[in-house]
Amino acid sequence: MTFRKYLVLAGVTVFAAAGDSMLSHGMKQTGNISLHHLQGVILAVANPWVAIGILLLLAFFAAYMNALSWADLTYVLPATSLGYVLLALVAKFALHEQVSPLRWLGIALISGGVGFVAGGPALTSHAHHDTECASEPASAVVSAGAER
Amino acid sequence: MNHVYTWGGILIIVVASVVGDILLARAMKQVGDVHALWRRTGLWTVVGRILSNSNFFLGVTAMAVAFFSLLFALSWGDVSLVAPAAASLTFIGNAFAAKIFLHEKVDRRRWMAAVLVAAGVALLAG
Repeated sequence: MTFRKYLVLAGVTVFAAAGDSMLSHGMKQTGNISLHHLQGVILAVANPWVAIGILLLLAFFAAYMNALSWADLTYVLPATSLGYVLLALVAKFALHEQVSPLRWLGIALISGGVGFVAGGPALTSHAHHDTECASEPASAVVSAGAER
Repeated sequence: MNHVYTWGGILIIVVASVVGDILLARAMKQVGDVHALWRRTGLWTVVGRILSNSNFFLGVTAMAVAFFSLLFALSWGDVSLVAPAAASLTFIGNAFAAKIFLHEKVDRRRWMAAVLVAAGVALLAG
């Protein structure tokens, strides 16, 4: 694990939590969307909070794809679950939602899960080791083809 | 009635997210480590390889379904319930799916993480 990889995981965490919070804030302003009035979705996207939320979730997606290219899915997901702690803090202090002691305990347990995967290896899938070893020349061929 | 909508929404988000995550993880493993690839071949080759992967597009479609379900559910429920509940249940589903479909070695350490998150979700919902 290099510093750059930790930075990518941090990006996944922060962008996801910030994006969800912005979306929630915006959707509370636009109100309920019903199945009979689907144009409400278009109105919702026009809300600046929703728009910023979508941009942040796009940044999350880029970081997430980056992480998945070098780590297991079952490593990336718990490693970035500290976002729930961030989410609870944002919900309490920025959105003024009620966060009960039991929910705080739940959030603590979820973050505990981070500790369990953080000490283990990031990559275990056989498929990747195969491509790692075998596809070096193959990918060189592919990229040479792409450049032409 | 609000609860039925909220949890129904959460269920749809979870199923769509698991399918999406598995497909995207498979796509990115097929593409390979983007850091190394970027250094060797440049950004546009990396982008091209990702965009020409069919698993990537199927995964993005599933994620889009999950995303719009999330938009609906967030307008009915609290962000500190809907977002963690959906994402954490997705994580449990992903632990099973990653073991079966991606052949990841989900050892005791990773199952412990899954159990802790499951317990956390139960408390968040209570």
